[in-house]
Amino acid sequence: MLELRNITKRFGDVLANDNVNIVVKPGTIHAIVGENGAGKSTAMRIAYGFYKADSGEIIVDGQARQINSPHDAIALGIGMVHQHFMLVSTMTVAENIVLGAEPGSEIALDLHKATTDIQGLSEEFKLAVNPHAVIEHLSVGQQQRVELLKALYRHARVLILDEPTAVLTPQEVDEFFAILRGMRQQGKTVVIITHKLSEVLAISDEVTVMRDGRVVGQVATKDTNAAELARMMVGREVLLRVEKPDADVGTAELSVKNLSVSTSNGTKRVNDVSFEVRKGEILGIAGVEGNGQTELIEALAGLILAAHLTGAIRLEGRDITRVNARARRELGIAHIPEDRHRRGLLLDFSLAENSILGVHYRKPVVSTAGVFLDDQAIRKRAAQIIEDFDVRPTNQELPARALSGGNQQKLIIGREFELHPKLLLVSQPTRGVDIGAIEFIHRKLVALRDAGCAVLLVSAELEEVTALADRLLIIHEGRIVGDVDPKVATIEQIGLLMAGGH
Amino acid sequence: MRDLFTIALIWSTVRLATPLILAALGGLFSERSGIINIALEGKMLAGAFTAAAVTYAADSKLHLGAASPWIGLLAGMSAGIFIAAIYAIVCIRYKADQVVSGTAINILMIGVPGFLSGALFLSSGSTPQIPKEQLIPWAPIIIAFAMVPITWYVLYRTPFGLRLRSVGENPEAADAAGVSVSRIRYSGVLIAGALAGMGGAYLSIGQSSLFTRNMTSGRGFIALAALIFGKWRPVQTLLACLLFGFTEAVSIQMQGAIKLPAFFATLLRQTPGDDIPVQFIQMVPYLLTIIVLAGFIGSSRPPRALGIPYQKEK
Amino acid sequence: MKLLRELMFPLIAVIAAFIVGGILILIIGDDPIVAYKLLIGSALSWPDGIGYTLFYATPLIFTGLAVLVAFRCGLLNIGAEGQLYVAAFATAWVGITFVHMSAWLLLPLCFLAAIIAGGAWGAIPGVLKARFGSHEVINTIMLNFIAVALVSYFTQYHYKTPGDPIMETTEIGGGAHIARMGKFLPGFPERIPLNLAFILALVCCVLVYLFLWRTKWGYELRATGSNPTAAEYGGISIRKQIIIAMTISGSLAGMVGINEVLGYRYRYYDGFSASYGFTGIAVALLGRNHPVGVLLSAILFGMLIRGGIFVDAFTNNVTKDLVDVLQGVVILFVAAEALFRGPFGRFGLLKRSKV
Repeated sequence: MLELRNITKRFGDVLANDNVNIVVKPGTIHAIVGENGAGKSTAMRIAYGFYKADSGEIIVDGQARQINSPHDAIALGIGMVHQHFMLVSTMTVAENIVLGAEPGSEIALDLHKATTDIQGLSEEFKLAVNPHAVIEHLSVGQQQRVELLKALYRHARVLILDEPTAVLTPQEVDEFFAILRGMRQQGKTVVIITHKLSEVLAISDEVTVMRDGRVVGQVATKDTNAAELARMMVGREVLLRVEKPDADVGTAELSVKNLSVSTSNGTKRVNDVSFEVRKGEILGIAGVEGNGQTELIEALAGLILAAHLTGAIRLEGRDITRVNARARRELGIAHIPEDRHRRGLLLDFSLAENSILGVHYRKPVVSTAGVFLDDQAIRKRAAQIIEDFDVRPTNQELPARALSGGNQQKLIIGREFELHPKLLLVSQPTRGVDIGAIEFIHRKLVALRDAGCAVLLVSAELEEVTALADRLLIIHEGRIVGDVDPKVATIEQIGLLMAGGH
Repeated sequence: MRDLFTIALIWSTVRLATPLILAALGGLFSERSGIINIALEGKMLAGAFTAAAVTYAADSKLHLGAASPWIGLLAGMSAGIFIAAIYAIVCIRYKADQVVSGTAINILMIGVPGFLSGALFLSSGSTPQIPKEQLIPWAPIIIAFAMVPITWYVLYRTPFGLRLRSVGENPEAADAAGVSVSRIRYSGVLIAGALAGMGGAYLSIGQSSLFTRNMTSGRGFIALAALIFGKWRPVQTLLACLLFGFTEAVSIQMQGAIKLPAFFATLLRQTPGDDIPVQFIQMVPYLLTIIVLAGFIGSSRPPRALGIPYQKEK
Repeated sequence: MKLLRELMFPLIAVIAAFIVGGILILIIGDDPIVAYKLLIGSALSWPDGIGYTLFYATPLIFTGLAVLVAFRCGLLNIGAEGQLYVAAFATAWVGITFVHMSAWLLLPLCFLAAIIAGGAWGAIPGVLKARFGSHEVINTIMLNFIAVALVSYFTQYHYKTPGDPIMETTEIGGGAHIARMGKFLPGFPERIPLNLAFILALVCCVLVYLFLWRTKWGYELRATGSNPTAAEYGGISIRKQIIIAMTISGSLAGMVGINEVLGYRYRYYDGFSASYGFTGIAVALLGRNHPVGVLLSAILFGMLIRGGIFVDAFTNNVTKDLVDVLQGVVILFVAAEALFRGPFGRFGLLKRSKV
């Protein structure tokens, strides 16, 4: 039915898909699993014409096809429901469904026919939705149905669903799976991208496992089990080992009590979380990305409006829940953000200028007058960071943009270490960083811990958190669902907790 | 206050609102597709100059008689489309900043008519007078008012309108649904050019009988204000244009009819019984727009993708 | 090498604009070479050419700097036109109201009036953006018209010489006059209105540079413009920066009033600005949003204005509107930078080097 053959795709320096081969058989539900960043979505977006592969072929119904745009994919009977819904929120359900494939003539849109057609499809596939409702008034579950109807309306024979259950409650998931089975019965082919192993086992006929942009296996679901899939998902060819002495743990540096973080529309991203980070330890937080880690760290760093927070954050016993980001830094909190381009760097600024972000307003980088930047002090600071953290190239005048990902990361880490923090918040410290730099960063983190700093580490790399952390919490859907000793727990156990299984 | 609503005033309101309606509806097509239209002023100027110049030439040189103003009107629209095409290519193809290039078009169009009229008519920025019988005082008014239901229909009842709205709100979603974002945006901007060009043409060969330097004097911006005040919807935009046309009519016609209330007179250190200063009436459209934009009177939410070039990942 | 790359692109844009202008001149039946020779020759003659060129460049330096400061914070200030009108009127108002005050007091007061009025008018869209999120572009456009109407009201109803048909205020006190350059430069006639405001403009270039690149406040402002989320991470309040940037921007635009009122006409003249605020956008863009670039491109545009008058007078068909045409085309070319990165990029002239 649909086949990806030797697909390779690069985004800049990142190899997102490396010689990917996937065969989807007609009339089946095919799951593609893997961690975030494994390349699942990229592969499927290529199949839908959203991205163009650097090399490789897409075969539909046994024939190699050129798919240059979603328009081409639709014509070939491929439909896709994206993780972030592609809906125009101010328009109605019917308008969204027919967009680009409107019934009626060029000068008269036949919305009446659209409505009856949609109602027909709704009944056929048990996707109840009011065609006249405006999208922004619908729940995410209903919006998802609109997306499915959109694909079905275009006579899609293959439906690609990117993380469809991420936005659904457990009850909705059951309902949703019933719909998918109904579709299979009607002869449709379904490709479902997910990282939840329980779902793979519950719904799919076949599974493709991806890791680091490559396919590591394609098996029939009935021949496998959760443990095997977990091992395939998180396994690494190179085993990372971090030499570290036992932690010399002191008193609590950070204590978080019943912290919840809600978005402006009221959904809770972090839900009633309590924990402590003590001096001289690395507390790891493991979890599949998007389960509230980002919001947790940003709340601790003071980057989320206090109005969106409930609960209490204490630093050495002092309540800092309502203290702003600058004051938190002054109290000794440093922060290595998960997205260095969004948060961590001023890409057009020089390395020297980037090395003072966050301390740019005070001594020693501001001269005695309290106003002028002290060029010499900045140079000294930048040179120190560049040397200590082996940032290359070493020219401070270069814009941060000119550095590789690993060197950008080392610059940020150096800058934050230079604060000599009491508490370090660190997210995805080695994402997109080459092996040599990874080891270097790990050693630095352990050294900081040994100097008595409290470190809170979030990473989607299971190997990384288990290797570095002295204690490990597992987060799932904004809640802490596990507290394990990383020296004892196995990858499979942690992986299952992360995936929401038990 | 009662003598305010005389027939003359209503008529004057309609006449003054006409170029605003045409330009604002044009702006609506462009902005609903996601392209900011700061350049309405420039397109109107292009339309006004070209229409006057062509009408004059058709009448006095080619002796086409009654057909002249129609040819002029078409020429004005074509000039608007031509300028819009430059704007569209720069903004869509080359992803230039829409506000900056719009400003460029406006500056350019202050210069070009003067530049050409200097050579063609040996004047400093105006065209020769066109005889009264070769003007087109009615047609643009009728077209402008007819364009309101037509715009509504196109926007809400045709596939093109659906695509236009979707591209302005969420181009990625439109792209995913198989709609060509850039094709729709080109169409939106070109329609804006045609309508703004006609609005300009009406100024020179409808309302008056020649083109004068910078004769739009900010009407393109008032049209933009009306579009925002009308929340990017055709009927509300019409009402906003009428309101703004009315304020202009009042400031022209009603000198002496409205007296300054005593309180304001004291405030402004003027004698009670003086006329309301024109300047205050002129400010009304702009003040209203700022207030609406800040969300004080209902919310005026622009199309979500307005001003953002669509960058598709390769 | 870096400087060369920075200069290369604006240079290409200017040359391209001159070529387009040349083609237009050919179309209307004049000789572009003659026209351009006339333009440049008349703009660079001593003392009149250079004097007037710099005089016309003065307001453009201010508005160019105004646009630059806002731009460095990620904002587009199209409201310099309104800001400079309000400021010019404010400075004239002080000069008229305290007409007998001694220069030692009056002059600083007049300066302050221009700076504060411009800053306040600029702050309005800043506050509106920070508080309500409404777009500064639309608000600055609207405020331009409001400013023009407002000052025209005050001129007409309160400060006009009764019976004078011209829309201008009465004269400001002698203590508020600033000296013309002829006072200091031997051989430079005092009839040329180039005045100390030009020196002030040069000082502002230096100050803006120092502020943006040498102080912690400038760092915060630029960081916000470069990457607001990272600035926030660094403990910088984005809302505060927006208001600060717009206020400074308005103040700079307001200094046009000093040149116009205190240095040239000694009164407020309604509608005096030849789109200085909008030309400021062109000046800043062409000047790569750097004070040195702004200075150079303001002088270039000053030359165009000065030379335009002569081209108008001494060619058959070309009018001074050529200046607006060239300006518009320059901005279009600068805005559509990608245009050059495409076909010309192949020659490696404009490719952004990675290291």
